[in-house]
This record gives sequence, structure tokens and C-alpha cells, in this order.
Amino acid sequence: MSIQIEIDGISVSTQENRILVEVAAEAGVYIPTLCYLKGKPCLGTCRVCTVKVDGAVVAACTVRVSAGMTVEVDEPETADLRKALVELLFAEGNHNCPSCEKSGRCTLQAVGYEVDMHVSRFPYRFPVRERDHASERIWLERDRCIFCQRCVEFVRDETTGQKIFSISARGTESRIDIDAERANAMPAEQVRYAVEICPVGAILEKGVGFDVPIGHRKYEIESVRDRALGTTDEAGTP
Amino acid sequence: MIDGSTWLNADIETVLRRHRYDGTRLIDILWDVQNLFGHIPDEHLPQLASALDRSVPDIVETASFYHFFHSKPSGRHRIYLSNTVIAKMNGYQAVYDALERETGVRFGETDPGGMFGLFETPCIGLSDQEPAMLLDGVAFTRLTPDTVADIVAQLKAGKVGADIANPAGLPRDGIAYIDNLVEPSMRTRGPVFFCDEVDHRGLLERCLAGTPAQTIATITEAGLRGFGGAGFPTGLKWRLGREASGDDKYVICNADEGEPGTFKDRALLTHSPKDVLLGMVIAAYAIGSRHGIVYLRAEYAYLESYLESQLQELRRDGLLGSDIGGLPGFAFDIRIQMGAGSYVCGEESALIESCEGNRGTPRLKPPYPIQQGYLGNPTCVNNVETFAAATRVMAEGAEWFRSMGTSDSAGTRLVSVAGDCRRPGVYEVQRGITLDEVLEMVDAQNAQAVQVSGPSGECLSVQRDGRRRIAYEDIPCNGSVTIFDNTRDLLDCVKDYTKFFADESCGICVPCRAGTIDLHDKVERIRAGNGVQQDLDDAAGWGALVRDTSRCGLGATAANPLLTTWEKFPELYRDRLCTQEYALLPSFDADAALAEYGKVENKFETDGTK
Repeated sequence: MSIQIEIDGISVSTQENRILVEVAAEAGVYIPTLCYLKGKPCLGTCRVCTVKVDGAVVAACTVRVSAGMTVEVDEPETADLRKALVELLFAEGNHNCPSCEKSGRCTLQAVGYEVDMHVSRFPYRFPVRERDHASERIWLERDRCIFCQRCVEFVRDETTGQKIFSISARGTESRIDIDAERANAMPAEQVRYAVEICPVGAILEKGVGFDVPIGHRKYEIESVRDRALGTTDEAGTP
Repeated sequence: MIDGSTWLNADIETVLRRHRYDGTRLIDILWDVQNLFGHIPDEHLPQLASALDRSVPDIVETASFYHFFHSKPSGRHRIYLSNTVIAKMNGYQAVYDALERETGVRFGETDPGGMFGLFETPCIGLSDQEPAMLLDGVAFTRLTPDTVADIVAQLKAGKVGADIANPAGLPRDGIAYIDNLVEPSMRTRGPVFFCDEVDHRGLLERCLAGTPAQTIATITEAGLRGFGGAGFPTGLKWRLGREASGDDKYVICNADEGEPGTFKDRALLTHSPKDVLLGMVIAAYAIGSRHGIVYLRAEYAYLESYLESQLQELRRDGLLGSDIGGLPGFAFDIRIQMGAGSYVCGEESALIESCEGNRGTPRLKPPYPIQQGYLGNPTCVNNVETFAAATRVMAEGAEWFRSMGTSDSAGTRLVSVAGDCRRPGVYEVQRGITLDEVLEMVDAQNAQAVQVSGPSGECLSVQRDGRRRIAYEDIPCNGSVTIFDNTRDLLDCVKDYTKFFADESCGICVPCRAGTIDLHDKVERIRAGNGVQQDLDDAAGWGALVRDTSRCGLGATAANPLLTTWEKFPELYRDRLCTQEYALLPSFDADAALAEYGKVENKFETDGTK
């Protein structure tokens, strides 16, 4: 059913029940996202797409549009919530952009620029996190993990459907684990897909890194905002 | 990797067979494995995984989420000391020290001989008889250094917790056993809760003589609202359950009473279990369900045998099973699902995940459980007290219930009162009762503040809020009422409550996982007297961030201890601030920065001298 909603004061015509992040993008309004992957079930973990709907603060990836909805994206208070969440992620892990293989292709870094982050308002924790390089082709660099759950939910063993990436512990101790045996059975394209959908440099392909010159990397060619608003496939076909 | 098939363990196989190789029963299976080995050994995970058609890491996902599951040897006798703010007002530290002294083990550790494991745990539902602990799954209350010494001596002499707690050898499925372990707590009888023996059979037959729609209408007219805290209209939930499409509908009783300071569900399950269970039968009739689950928190494991015997009696009396209450075709039965230590599982969708054998991660909504819940089926989750009240409403009628309480908050409710008062316990109060009236009822002297609804609720000032009412239109209450007199340092409590939320965060969303830690550190900084005005401003902003952007109610309320005490007692915070003249960086904590130096110096002094 065709409906009207309002985003930042502008009337937008769309279909009922579609995901707000998508509707906004088509209307030219960029809402930053980290865990949301177009065409996949909503994860709702990063909360970076926080907006106001009819005055209430919600994560836009979890909202399905309905007639008469009033959405505020470019509103100072909400924009600062989004920025704070990105800053929280930078302080929680160890994100050292200049030395990271994913720099220039990292969605967290790109979104950091979009929300105009300079330095985190939260104290940097410098956590000690164990790396896992037991599998043959994947290097799990937990320092950079933002626990978005993309790998856990969308990278599964192709024959059994079982998890390759999983979670352990809870709260701030939570971490991603990798099943080395199943990871070794991943086809080459699936390894590249896992690396591509990781929004940070936590999942890396061994033997591959710094292979694109500065200035030619993913988000340098086209910004994360333009990719979200355009037709580029953010699902990350490598 | 070792091929699991060559290492099949017969005991594990027995456990798996007992649970019909059903992966959704993973929590039960993990409990059985832990009971066999004292922990869940890594070496047996491949056998579990292959039998349940899950991967090893998938099993670890679940096992590592719950704090009562141990992956490493954790002592033949595992002792969990409740570390609530109320325990700390009643001699907790002396008991803590005595446990370490008598067992020779430090908290968080296990002795090399594997005899004792000492752990702290959040509220175990015994706030009116703290300090309290769980030992070998059994509760010990009103602890002192002397009783601790006696208990540990008996353990060393070869006894187990159950023997020490029950020297008379009372049967574990009887009420006498439970009353011997923990004090009954209830201080009132009726009009709604803890009434004398109710004719459950007659009541159910009257109910079944009408249509399900009539039952729902009665519950709706009574104005019954969920007692868990949110106050969702019960009649509406049941109607949605009735209308939801699906052949396999579920009724779940949320007995995961984890809010610090509350213990009324323990009292209900102990002294009015059939009111609760019959409420589930009535709900099943109303929505058209055949399956019921009681999700019982692990802290109440000592109630399990007793509740099983109650279920057995109901089956014997034809109130569970098939053709219930003499109505041909009405079939419904209830099983008990044990939890394993997680506050967030009190959230209904997290509770359902746990029932399915998963981590207790709250789901995204919609869909709501009443549409898609347990195993994707329409699921009606209600609190223990809600079911008990529903039974009484069906017995006495909607008008009777409505005649009590206020217009928006019909009836009565139970409150678990503890802290600084002479008569702590479980009281039934009319909704609309004022805070002052509650304080008088429990004989609280010199009360300064009252934490209503536990840490997730709000802190009230007795001076300013004494005439406010416990009712949905004023102060909503989930049953927890904790009183602090004017000798207490509220900031100590705020720090502990904030730590509680950080510890219990499931970790799935950023603001709650990361923000609660920063919030706790900020509160501690201010509490310790090292905070400046900027820290206070930060804390307010960060609290609002966690509240507004978190995925579920845990994060949404995690900042409440800070935000509500600040609103009511701003002077407490202001008086604690320090002014650092000429400080370039107020957030620099010199003590923390030099802490390592102290350790190095200490090590240097002691090295070689021992």
C-alpha cells in the first residue's frame, strides 16, 4: 500500500512496511549503519542508525514504515547520539586506522568521518584481546571487532548451515570465535565475502593486505554515504 | 581434531537420551553434564554437538552465557554468596571474609584440591534474610562468621549442602523442607494472594462451563495488568493469543524473578503454587494452548522438586493432562525449565531464547512473543503473580478485583520489602497505597530513600515523595521495595546497582555493552570523591545515551540508579565533587595511574624474602 511519511520535514511517498533505512536512502537521506546489511534480516546490534520516529528514539533498521510517520534524522540531539555510539565503539576496542589492513575500506572508519567524529568522548580502554589465527586462510583480529554479528548470522557452513563464527561469554567479555575446521572448508568466495561484510578489520584473509593504493580504496572512490544513497551493492559482493 | 565418535562417554549418552537428543533442551542437558562432572568439560562438547546436530562453538555460545555454568573445574562444593546492597547492609563483608578464611579459597577461585569454589552472585531472592548464599544448589540464610565456620567444617567432614541444610532428612518435595531452608516471608493473607485452601477443581469447572472469550472478558473487565513491571493489560494479551494463528500455542510462566530486592514470586511459588499453576491452565483455556512452561530461575532450584510434586498432584486431580476439569479434548501440561543464571532472561523474548537452549539475547520486536514466541509459536508469557491473580479473579469475579485499588490500577499487588525496616517481608497492598503508608507498615525508622522496582526502577526521596502512590498512574512497581535509612551512603548503592547492569548486560548492543561500563566507572569516580563537574555532566549524557539507544529494557533502565538518585538527591553528588585548580586534565586519575607502581614496589620488597 502506498503511504506518505515525513523525513526531516519532507514528505516521502513509499510502500507500507518497508525498512526505514532503505526508504530514507531512496529519499536522499543518509542514515549511518554498521550492522545493517541490505537484503538480510535486521541485526539491530550497533544502534548507529538511531533516529527519532514520532518523537521516540529508535534504531531505524528495526523500524518498518507506516502511514503518517514523522522521522527526524538531521536533528542535533539524535545526531549526537549516533556520534556517541560510534565514539563508544572506537573507545571500546583497539582501532588504529593507519596500521589497519582495512583502512579506506572500513565502514566504522568511514562512518566515523560521516558523523564528524574527531576523538572519542569516552575513555579509551586499550583492551587486551587475543587474536585467533588457527584457521588456514582467516585471521581473526579481535582488537577491531565491534560485535555486529554479521559474520555469525550471514556466514554459515554451506552444507550444514551451521555456524562458522560464533559468540562466547556475555556483556563486555563477549567475543567472536571461529571454528577453524569449518573455516578451512569455506570456498574462496565465501572467505572473501566474510572479509567484505566485516564492517571493520576483524576478519582478514591471510596473505592479503594493503593491496590497494591509498586514494583508490573502497570508500575513497565512493564515500559510505554515496554508496548508501546510490545503487552500489552494500551487501558486499566482492 | 579427535574424532568424537571414538570418545563416546556413556554418562553423557544417558543424559542425551534422557532429553531425547533435543537441542532445544540444551540448558537442561548442560545442567545434567555439570552435575555429573562438576563443570562442563571441553572434551565432551564434540559428543554433545554431534548428538544435538549443533556445532561445538554453538554449544559454547549457550554454555558461556550463563554464570552458573562453568567450563573449568570449579570445586566440588560451589558457594555463591549473594552480593546485593541489602546483604552489604547486613554483615556481608564479615561473611565474605569468613568464607575465604574457612575454605582457604579466594572469591572467584577454586582450591588446587578442587574442594571449594567461591563466587559472588547477584540477588538470590532472599533480601529479607541476608546475608545468604547458595551452596550445592541449596539456600543458607542469615549467615554469620560462626555459621559459616560450622557449615564449612561439616563440608570438610564429608557432608554436602543438602545434608547440612536438612539434618532431619525432610523429603525434598515437601513444603516443610522449603520452609526449613528459607523463611516463608509472607506477612499478609488475602484478599488476593495467600488465601486459605482454594477449591481449584470447582473453580476450573466453573471457568470451563463458559467460553474462552468469557474468561478473557472477565480478566479484561477486572483490569488485570501484568505484574512484571510494564503493566501490559493481561486480558488484551490473552485476546491477542487467542486470535494469533497457530496450532501449537504456549503459555509460559516467568519465574525468573531477578530484579534485585524482590522475592515475592518465591513466596508465591512456595505457598500458593497451585494458584499460579491453575492460572496457567486458565490462560491455556483462554488462548487455546496445550503446552505450558514454568521458567524457574536457577537460584530457586531448591523449589524444583516441590513444584514437580505440585504438578503431579494437579495431574492426579485431573487439572493437568488430558480432558482437564472433565472437559473432553482440553489437554494441557506444564514442564519446568530451569534457568542458569542471567538477569536479562527475565525479559520475555530472552526467556524464550533460553527455553529454546540459546543465549538469553532479547529479540528484536516486532514480532512480539504473543505472535511469534517459543519455537516460532504464539506464546503468552506472564509473571508468576499475574497467573496467581488471574486464578483469584476467576474465583471471585471481575467486580471484586476492580473494587480494590484505583481506577487505573485495579486490585492489589505484592511488594517485597527489605532493607532498613523492622518487618521486612512480602505484603499484599492495595494499589494506590502511599510510600509513607508502606514505610509505616514495615516499621521503617529514619528512612531516607526508597528504591522502588529495584535498580531498574526509581529511587524516591522519603521527604519529597512520601505521599506519592504505588499505582500505574504515579509510581509503577514490579514488587521490589528497598529502604535505606539516613545512615546509608546512597552512592555506594548506585555504584553497586550500576555494576549489576554492566555484569548482566547480554552484550549484543553497543550502548548497553560498552556504555554501562563507562557509566559504572564514572559513578565510581564521583563516589570516591575524585569527580569534577565535568564528570557529572558526562554521566548524565552517557546515562541518557544508554537509556535511549539500547535494544531492550536492561539498557533502557541501566542508568536509572544514577539518573533518579541525581534527580532526588543532587546534593549528594555535588557534595562529593572535588575541585582541581589548575588541573589540565580533570579526568586524570593519579591514584589509578600509580596503582601499578605500588604493586611493583610491593613485589620488590617481598621478592626473595619469602
